[in-house]
Amino acid sequence: MNTGLINNVVCFEGVSVRFGAVSALDNLNLELRGGELSALLGPNGAGKTTALRLLLGLTRPSQGTVRVLGGDPRRSEARRGVGAMLQDISLPPNLSVLELLRLYAALYPAPLSVNRALELSGLSDQATSRASRLSGGQQRRLSFALAVIGNPELLLLDEPTVAMDVQGRAAFWHGIAELRSGGCTVLLTTHLLEEVDRAADRVIVLSRGVIVADAAPGSVRARVGLSRVRFSSRLDAAHWHTITLPGDVLEGGPAGQFSIRTRQPEALVRAALDLDPALSDLEVSRASLEDAFLSLTGPDQAPTGALA
Amino acid sequence: MTTLASPFTSALRPFVALARTELLRLLRNRALLVPALLLPIIFFSLWGLPNARYTLGGVNAGRYMLVSYAAYSLISTALFGFGVAVAAERASGWWRQLQITPAPPALIFGAKITASLVMGLLSVLALCLFAGLVGHIWLGAADLGGVLLRLLPGMVPFALLGLTLGLLAPPDAAGGVANLVALPMLFASGIFVPLDTAPDFIRSLAPYLPAYHFGQLGWTAIGAKPAGAEWTHWVWLAGYAAVFLLTSLWAARRSEMRR
Ligand SMILES: Nc1ncnc2c1ncn2[C@@H]1O[C@H](COP(=O)(O)OP(=O)(O)O)[C@@H](O)[C@H]1O
Ligand SMILES: [Mg+2]
Repeated sequence: MNTGLINNVVCFEGVSVRFGAVSALDNLNLELRGGELSALLGPNGAGKTTALRLLLGLTRPSQGTVRVLGGDPRRSEARRGVGAMLQDISLPPNLSVLELLRLYAALYPAPLSVNRALELSGLSDQATSRASRLSGGQQRRLSFALAVIGNPELLLLDEPTVAMDVQGRAAFWHGIAELRSGGCTVLLTTHLLEEVDRAADRVIVLSRGVIVADAAPGSVRARVGLSRVRFSSRLDAAHWHTITLPGDVLEGGPAGQFSIRTRQPEALVRAALDLDPALSDLEVSRASLEDAFLSLTGPDQAPTGALA
Repeated sequence: MTTLASPFTSALRPFVALARTELLRLLRNRALLVPALLLPIIFFSLWGLPNARYTLGGVNAGRYMLVSYAAYSLISTALFGFGVAVAAERASGWWRQLQITPAPPALIFGAKITASLVMGLLSVLALCLFAGLVGHIWLGAADLGGVLLRLLPGMVPFALLGLTLGLLAPPDAAGGVANLVALPMLFASGIFVPLDTAPDFIRSLAPYLPAYHFGQLGWTAIGAKPAGAEWTHWVWLAGYAAVFLLTSLWAARRSEMRR
């Protein structure tokens, strides 16, 4: 691998973006190495789209510097090696899939063939359809085809699989795998943890403009392996803290209801029944992806860096 | 993986592809194409044909007004086919979709302007064909060539005016705003109706309007009495082009700030 050159395909240095009083990104420091597939996760408004727009030169940082493939993303030349799929795009209704792909192929110095782009996006059967006749999922696929036809070194995808059906998703991930075997670096945003768990080398979780976790998805999976133990008790939170293990998170609900996220539900339940034999409403469930996610990005949770 | 730009560094290939695409889009947009082709012909039938036996500015009035409506058609193509179309694209996201490609904005604009020029050319040819076949008023190749040689480059300030309006007005209001600017200007410049019949204050206002100088370039190309040296018309149009270039750059920055 051509490490020296490909290293740090993307580089954010102390980047903040403010829109009036809203701070969309706050002192972001992030580097993406060549060939990595990174997933940018976070709830709505976390700053994911803003981060991608910075990399495309569509948004200017209020502070700090952004480099893409060693250049300033605000210059058109920097985009020769970048393909992107934006969230809110509408393609011109009166052009066909083929016409759009031919246009895009002419805008890049060393494009893929139109057929290859159709194949990668699973759109071969729709080549002659007008863009407006495509279904929502097919339009996303076309958007993907337009992102890859320039044979990019860096692929930026904002919520790429939204509106895609199961087959669309499969075709999409298949296309991504093929591009990656050619060394393409991918940064995508999503709120579907499950989906990136398999494919990503790295998961970066954003919350209100700040990175709260940056780790291999394995760590996220570990986090997902949590259980949640719920019960009601007359004892107060101080008592319950005495039986929690390191890493467990205790939440006190109203009217003596408690909830503990834990890695060892069996041990915890045993200890809980010992501590308060009058305990009631006991319920043990697997923590959902949502739980893992919320534990990182929720408003009551200080970013502990548990995954970092 | 390409790490270096290929020997292909010329902007020609992307330019041709963009211009071709933009022209296709214009030709497939019936809401734009039908008025662009038909309105000049309708106006010419209403005002040009009935006056064809008179003389205007020292030339046959039919020929004079044929040039007037050719000028009208080119001005509206520049304003609507270009400026207002850009506004619609800004609303639809297509503009942003092009912005994330390596094509520099100047190239994208250049291609759109070229497509508008071709579109304008088509509408003028349709008008001339109608005038010849129906009214037996033929401009002749030399005169037509002279008119086009002046009027096609003269479209630039109107394209930039349309762009400014398109970027400033809310997307769905851009067409209306452009009409609000274009129609009074066309009346006050002698394009819709000859200035000889206009009130005094309009006649004194006309020489300050870009459409007046545009019209003068067209009429003198078929031998009408000149109202000042030809270069003064070019200077006026170039001045307006410079002003509207600045306003459209300012408007583009403003709309970028608003995302
Ligand atoms: N152009 C803009 N003007 C004002 N606020 C904006 C703008 N773009 C984004 N924001 C705000 O910045 C924050 C981050 O937005 P965004 O990056 O779109 O989040 P995400 O993509 O993670 O949902 C949000 O609070 C959003 O309202
Ligand atoms: Mg977003």
